[in-house]
Amino acid sequence: MERVPILKLGDILIVSIQIDLQDQGVLALQEDLADAVVEHRARGVIIDITAVEIVDSFIGRMLSTIASISRVLDAETIVVGMRPAVAITLVELGLSLGGVRTALNLEKGVALLHSRDGVDSDTVTR
Amino acid sequence: MTVHSEADRHRIDVLLQDQEERITRRWIDIAVANAGGHAARGALTERLREIYPALQRALAKDGENGELRRLLAELSRGQARQGFTPSETVVLVLGIKEAVYEVIEAEEDSETLRGYHWFCKFVDDLGLFTFETFAAARERIITDQAEQLLELSTPVVKLWDGILAVPLVGTLDSARTQVVMEKLLQALVETGSEHAVIDITGVPAVDTQVAQHLLKTVVAARLMGAECVVSGIRPQTAQTIVTLGIDFGDIVTKASLAEALAYALRRSGVQISEGSGKRVVVGVERA
Amino acid sequence: MTDTFEVPIDSDSDVVVVRQHVRSHALQAKLSLVDQTKVVTAASELARNTLVYGGGGRLVIEAISNGVRRGLRLSFIDEGPGIGDVEQALTDGWSTGGGLGLGLSGSRRLMDEFDLESAPGRGTRVTVVKWVR
Repeated sequence: MERVPILKLGDILIVSIQIDLQDQGVLALQEDLADAVVEHRARGVIIDITAVEIVDSFIGRMLSTIASISRVLDAETIVVGMRPAVAITLVELGLSLGGVRTALNLEKGVALLHSRDGVDSDTVTR
Repeated sequence: MTVHSEADRHRIDVLLQDQEERITRRWIDIAVANAGGHAARGALTERLREIYPALQRALAKDGENGELRRLLAELSRGQARQGFTPSETVVLVLGIKEAVYEVIEAEEDSETLRGYHWFCKFVDDLGLFTFETFAAARERIITDQAEQLLELSTPVVKLWDGILAVPLVGTLDSARTQVVMEKLLQALVETGSEHAVIDITGVPAVDTQVAQHLLKTVVAARLMGAECVVSGIRPQTAQTIVTLGIDFGDIVTKASLAEALAYALRRSGVQISEGSGKRVVVGVERA
Repeated sequence: MTDTFEVPIDSDSDVVVVRQHVRSHALQAKLSLVDQTKVVTAASELARNTLVYGGGGRLVIEAISNGVRRGLRLSFIDEGPGIGDVEQALTDGWSTGGGLGLGLSGSRRLMDEFDLESAPGRGTRVTVVKWVR
């Protein structure tokens, strides 16, 4: 079974899904990410789905679950790069990806995480 | 079941061969006379002179008429594009029956008559085929035009860096709303815009289905990481929305395009301040 | 005019294979990009259902035509326990397998036609169609 690599950039973890994942692979990614968030004490997780051609309810649920898990571990999850056709299909399917924040691309996702961190440190210094 | 012997067919083959010039001329005359008066004789002559030998070959090979069909399809597509009616097109083909009849009229033997009967059936089939291609070509023209109209009527414009707008004008149906939806979402990705304004000032009526599509667009954009504002909702439209019980949920709506733009600018961190000389000073807050 | 293609659904990896085959057929049928995505997503949901609830089965892909329009028909067939209450199975959020309960109801919304034949002990056959717009 192929595993999706998890990259570390400062206190952000970046996952770019490039292959058509089996359900097992989806579950493995979910576990690997939870472990990685704890191990690296990550503040943010970015899941890049630019290359993903379909998101069905199984992958959709994984995205929501990862967001919930990382929130418990004090990290913010952002899903980036969702294709228009995928977004339209998800809406029709009835999946709202509750609790998942999104950004148009990787760059905007990173910026979004940093702007939140900025706000956080601001309140701390005051 | 075939009631026509080889000999009957052969008669027609020979006739078409021997009287080629006479039949072709007559055929062209009949065609031009029946073609509604606005047909160009030159172009028609060229076409029919091309079709005639193909017809002969098809008759000789019995049914092997790929080339003939191709030529007829070309003819009827051309006719459809130039705005001829279906009957004006089909008589072009059927005209050859009359032309051939005039030639065999003098002959009285039954073999020729049986051959002619067989020939007529063959030509009738071609007439039907021509009609069908004509109808298909027309259909094609209509769908193409509808598509072009869709493209024309749904522009996505850039209002500001990172802010797009779709000014919708005219009646919205499901197909059109869907096209707008896809085009807008695609444009958001391509331009990296995080804000979009869907302006429906020019839309006379919003029904449940259209409202649903607008809602879905907004939700889909949100899934991609962009925010949509719907502007230009007329008082009447607002009443319909409420009466129909359509839930716009937490979608941001603004009365006018200007207000929607101001809102989107604020959201993307652009500050607008009016200077003393009624100058508009724009400053970007965020790096 | 039909052109039939069959894919077995017996394991997790077969669901991925189903997605790939359906995608290439949807492309061949000249479905729009959005419709391709909808069809592949629905196929993914239904193939998973066949695997999880039907204990495996097969998918039949057909290129169809009704004279006016062309389309793609997918039939998911299993010899599993079947569905007792079809009405209930088609309700959003109803699930016996711990899923989100969007498989059947969701794929019904993604397709143009949806047909479910099932009875307890007699397996399940879900047939869906997408027409080329």
